[in-house]
This record gives sequence, C-alpha cells and structure tokens, in this order.
Amino acid sequence: MTQLYLNDVTYQCEAGETVLDALTRQGVAVPFSCRSGVCQSCMMQSADANVPSAAQHGLKSTLQALNYFLACSCQPEQDMTITLADSSERMLPATVTAIRQLNDEILCVGLDCPSLKDYRAGQFINLYRDETFSRSYSLASVPADSYLRLHVRRLPDGRMSNWIHDELKLGDSLHISPPLGSCFYLPGDPEQPLLLIGTGSGLAPLMGILRDALSQQHGGAIHLYHGSRDVAGLYLVDELRELASQHPNFHYAPCISSGETVPGYHAGRAVDVALEAHPDLTGWRVYLCGNPNMVKAARKKTYMAKAKINDIYADAFVASSQ
Amino acid sequence: MSNDLFERLGGEAAVNAAVDVFYRRVLSDDRISDFFDDVDMERQAAKQKAFLTMAFGGPVHYSGADMRKGHAHLVARGLNDSHFDAVVENLVASLQELNVPAELIAEVGAVCETTRNDVLGK
Ligand SMILES: Cc1cc2nc3c(=O)[nH]c(=O)nc-3n(C[C@H](O)[C@H](O)[C@H](O)COP(=O)(O)OP(=O)(O)OC[C@H]3O[C@@H](n4cnc5c(N)ncnc54)[C@H](O)[C@@H]3O)c2cc1C
Ligand code: FES
Repeated sequence: MTQLYLNDVTYQCEAGETVLDALTRQGVAVPFSCRSGVCQSCMMQSADANVPSAAQHGLKSTLQALNYFLACSCQPEQDMTITLADSSERMLPATVTAIRQLNDEILCVGLDCPSLKDYRAGQFINLYRDETFSRSYSLASVPADSYLRLHVRRLPDGRMSNWIHDELKLGDSLHISPPLGSCFYLPGDPEQPLLLIGTGSGLAPLMGILRDALSQQHGGAIHLYHGSRDVAGLYLVDELRELASQHPNFHYAPCISSGETVPGYHAGRAVDVALEAHPDLTGWRVYLCGNPNMVKAARKKTYMAKAKINDIYADAFVASSQ
Repeated sequence: MSNDLFERLGGEAAVNAAVDVFYRRVLSDDRISDFFDDVDMERQAAKQKAFLTMAFGGPVHYSGADMRKGHAHLVARGLNDSHFDAVVENLVASLQELNVPAELIAEVGAVCETTRNDVLGK
C-alpha cells in the first residue's frame, strides 16, 4: 500500500489499485472518462519525478517533464504528492453554433471555440457537461472551417450522448478540452496510398483526415471504407459520393455487414471488404476509427497484410465502463 | 556480444526494420502466436523492439532476474524449449529476409542463447 497526498489530505492506495480508483473510492471528485489512458481527462501532476512510465504514455514530452500523469493508468510505486491539473487550461469555453441530424442515431454538433484554432483534423476533444463529467469526441472539421464539428452517436442509456441529443440547443455554452490524440494526416509523403476504415461515428475523424489530405493535395490513392450494420447506420453517403466524383484519387466504399445485398453498397464488414480489395498493404498508411473491437481486429489484420506498425494510426472509441 | 555487434547490424535503424518483419512472422506462427497475441498490439510490438535491441547487442540491459520475472507468467502457461527455439527460428528467418550476413545472424543467435535459462525459468 502507498499513500497519496492531495491538498494536505492523505489517501490510501491499495496494491494494484490506480490513483483514480483510490481517490474516487475515498470520495474525491477526479474527472475521468475512458479509464484506459486515452482521453487524458484524468490528468494530474506529481510534485516529484516518481511517476511510473505507464502513467505518462501518450502525454506530450513537455507534460511528461513536468511530472504530469494519467490517474487511471497510475499504480504508484511509492508515496506520491499530487494535484489535479489546472482546470483553466483543461477547459476552454465554446458555444453551440449548429445542430444537424446525420441519421437516426448520429447528430452533428457545431461548436465555436475562439481559443481553439490550432488543431489537426482527426484529433479529438473532451466535451464537459460539468467539471468532472466529460466524454471524448473526434473533430470531423478541418481548421479552415468556420466552426468545429462533432458526430455524436446516441448510445442506449448513454449519459452524455443522450444529453447532447436531447438537451443541447443552439447558443448553449459549454467547455471543451484542447485537442488531443495523434490520429491525423501528416503531409510529407503525398504519394503514399491511404486506407481509412471506420464504423459508425468512427467516420468523424476520417472525414477530417480525408478533407485535410485532399486540401493538402495528397496525390496518392485514398480509400475510405465506412461500415455499419445496415444502410440506415451510414451517413454523409451522398456527400462522400460527390467528393469521390470530384477527386479521381479518392474512392469511397460504404459497407453493410447485416448480410443483405443492396445496390451501391458493399456487403461485409468494412475491414474485410477493404482487405479483399487490397490484400497487400506494403507502403500504405492506415487509419482505423470507431468501435474498439473493430479497431483491435483491424489493426492486426492490416499489420498482417504488411502495413508497418508505425504506419497504422487508430482511435478506438472506448466507452467509459463502470 | 558487444555494442560493436549492434553497430555492425546497423544500430537502431536495423532494429526498426527488423521488428515489423519479426513480429509479423511470430504472429503468423501457430506454434507461438498465442503467447504474443493476448495483449495490446502496440505494447507487444514495443516489447519485441526491446527484445531485438537486446538480441542485437544494443543498449538495453536486462538482468537474469528481470528475464525470469518478465516471462514467469508465460512459463506458467507452458512456455518451453520448443517455443524458445521457434522464436529464435523466426528471428533468424527475419534477418535472412532482410539480407543480414550469416556471421552476424549467428552472433545474434548466440546472444539469444545466453538468455534461454532465464527466460524459461530454469
Ligand atoms: C478518443 C475517442 C474518440 C471518440 N470519438 C467519438 C466520436 O467522434 N463520436 C462518438 O459518438 N463517440 C466518440 N467516442 C465515444 C464517446 O467518448 C463516449 O464514450 C460515448 O459517446 C458514450 O458516452 P455516454 O456518456 O453517452 O455513455 P455512458 O453513459 O458512458 O455509457 C456507455 C455505456 O454504453 C455501453 N456501450 C458502449 N458501446 C455500446 C454500443 N455500441 N451499443 C450499446 N451500448 C454500448 C458501455 O458498456 C457503457 O456501459 C470517442 C471515444 C474516444 C476514447
Ligand atoms: S485517460 Fe484516464 S480516464 Fe481517460
């Protein structure tokens, strides 16, 4: 067992317990969402350099150097003196400027956030309902757009997603985090073929990545496979077909996995349809977004198809489990 | 078994080139893939990179005790000499695929051999 010193109070951390679990068990309100080291909403700072390296995975090196760490991924090795990361840097004010239904379950939310101009399409933000309750959503917009765009899928009983669908109105104020994550387009190899695979609202970051690549004159082929169970689960189909007709190097394949065959759609899971068409991914760059099980399986399948590990970028939309 | 071997193989760039080929082979090898398949792929790849750096005589240093501790859960699941041999075989095949000269491959094999007893908890 180790001790945690926070704001002059001592808390116990059992062996094998994370800082987040120990603090929430003892009644301290720490913001968190994914509990798996992705969203960074549980970020804390240690007074000493005794942070286990696993707790700093994915943090910028400047933050690592200042002993910031993720409470959900930190099993202390020694006693730690800690503070919550400053909320003024974590939470930027934003206003709802657009709301549009994309299909039965996915809503496009437009946000104006004057202090967030500098982001990469495909990164994600954390959206706060209050100080400690946030969820991650990917940016489907590109910085040149006049506002940020999110695609939020309603989950049965999902607390944040239902609130966004049912309560959020034009003009509402809320807070979002600065942009996070490293699943975005990198210029520098404009002829490299790109493979984009997403399921459900996993199209959101891919839409940003696609538009970014096209606007930066990416010359290599770009193949987007968007999958859902049925036609009703897909969205932006007409817009994507239109983009494909304007850009000869962009190819769009909507996929449905229910087993039905519908003209204009591919039958099968997006990753399987993609790999059937492109069995050898030597030299490709791959982006995988959406359902965590899909992302996990697709990461392995695309790697076995000879994409390099460092050329596979992924955002698994892990849901908070509790 | 010195830094010299690491230099002759091409240093970190050689490790980076080999890890993709090696890890893909391991995952395709039914004899051993189960031992490598159950966790986060990126983390597993990072571990393979550390392993290759060690096998190449590079700057990572595991004590025998680290090796034992790190593999104890696999030994409990049945990791034995035949699996160890299969990993080395895949490493050799990967280096051959990358056109590494036979003398250097033999040196890498010798470095691996020094870890056998610790890895298998003997
Ligand atoms: C990096 C990242 C990016 C993300 N980007 C997006 C995005 O662009 N768009 C988006 O819509 N979401 C995205 N998510 C997911 C999002 O953050 C939330 O997890 C999601 O909106 C659910 O939150 P909630 O509060 O509504 O649900 P919660 O109240 O947290 O409840 C979730 C519950 O639903 C269950 N559940 C999970 N998946 C399903 C499912 N498919 N069907 C039924 N039940 C399920 C879980 O077990 C859990 O119990 C992203 C997540 C991460 C980590
Ligand atoms: S990173 Fe800790 S809760 Fe998401």
